[in-house]
Amino acid sequence: MSARTTTAVARRVLTQVRRDHRTLAMLLVLPTLLMTLLWWMYADAGPAFDRLGPALLAIFPFIVMFLVTSVTTLRERSSGTLERLLAMPMGRLDFLLGYAVAFGAVAAAQSAIAVGVSVGLLGLELAGPVWLLAVVAVVDAVLGTALGLFVSAFAQTEFQAVQFMPALVVPQILLCGLLVPRDDMPDVLGAVSDVLPLSYAVDAMAHLTSLSSTGEVWGDLAVVAGFVVAGLALGAATLRRRTS
Amino acid sequence: MMNSTIEVEGLTVVRGGRPVLTDLDLRVGAGVTGLLGPSGCGKSTLLRALVGVQRVAGGSVTVLGEPAGSAGLRHRVGYVTQAASVYDDLTVAENLRFFARVLGVDAGAVERAVEAVDLAGHRDAVAGRLSGGQRSRVSLAVALLGEPDLLVLDEPTVGLDPVLRRDLWELFHGIAERGATVLVSSHVMDEAERCDRLLLMREGRILADDTPAAIKQRAGATDVETAFLTLVEAAA
Repeated sequence: MSARTTTAVARRVLTQVRRDHRTLAMLLVLPTLLMTLLWWMYADAGPAFDRLGPALLAIFPFIVMFLVTSVTTLRERSSGTLERLLAMPMGRLDFLLGYAVAFGAVAAAQSAIAVGVSVGLLGLELAGPVWLLAVVAVVDAVLGTALGLFVSAFAQTEFQAVQFMPALVVPQILLCGLLVPRDDMPDVLGAVSDVLPLSYAVDAMAHLTSLSSTGEVWGDLAVVAGFVVAGLALGAATLRRRTS
Repeated sequence: MMNSTIEVEGLTVVRGGRPVLTDLDLRVGAGVTGLLGPSGCGKSTLLRALVGVQRVAGGSVTVLGEPAGSAGLRHRVGYVTQAASVYDDLTVAENLRFFARVLGVDAGAVERAVEAVDLAGHRDAVAGRLSGGQRSRVSLAVALLGEPDLLVLDEPTVGLDPVLRRDLWELFHGIAERGATVLVSSHVMDEAERCDRLLLMREGRILADDTPAAIKQRAGATDVETAFLTLVEAAA
């Protein structure tokens, strides 16, 4: 592992994001706009915003980073730049970590805005500390990045890459406890929900709103971080120096 | 021959169930060597095998004394693919600075590479907005950054203005003069005269491996294209 090449990749990815003004604007503002829409929907409908809001703060960065990363990495594979990098002194894990660092930084900015507006302006009630909410959101975004890196290996075109979103992300949203509490699901689905990373991301957010102790939150975060490490390891295994 | 940069023995490559290279033997030494042959004859596959990014079915490829693709070679081999492998949303200078950081070379190398491919006037232009020839020169500049001992170039002069093409061939010879090996593929036979040595390739086999003058003399031809035809007919 080399800090030099990891930093080089992270800086380059951030330069590319900065150059694409429209993508940058959407990355930073879209989750906040969606949170505001949710707040407005429930404006006259009681405390539902306090229940749903934190879950969505976990889900938005996950979805956005999953999509952005899978398309960007696919482009890197198809343009030949990945092959070129792997013929250079570039470790496979350095490449992936560079991406994770860059998109983690974007996610931090994105989450800071979304959390700030939700808590400051929209009156989202939290029992736990606000900074921990932002930490959870960033880890969720990095989870999206890790999964996006992994699935980009199985897509030949950007169309296919985008289709992985309904295939891999939507089931996690349905089963994460947002619509039906995980304990109330049929046993089989409850068991499936137990092995999906987003369930733990949403649990972490739910614990933050209801419990003032943070032990549960750190436990959930550890599970999500485990999935991140597994995703990056699987992603590294899909980067091949020699191809046919 | 101890001083060969490239030594290939019994190389076999199969792609999509079809053999592309079969039991190929080859040696390449310092200087500018041209790999000439029609489209689809296996030139790119051979170059990929030399760089170590091609999965091979058999045989050995040794580059600078190490198996092709070894970690120790990644600083010493420059490779330019046929399609320009650069980031279209970054400027010329940003592309080069990125690859320079990956290679661990200083900013001076970026300036020298930009000058070498005659893109100093475009250093702040976004790569995606450049012409095809300019983009492929950015890709070439990336390969020059690390001052490699072996430079592998897949059709670097396609579609370029004749003046620029001449300048690039001068650049290749300049690189070879400092002791490096330059291997350039082309499907245009008239580029043959610019090479120190030639490898003529057809349907995955090497037809001839000699200097341009010796190849022409042996075939009794006045140009390499005619010599190529004579060799093909003799082999049939």
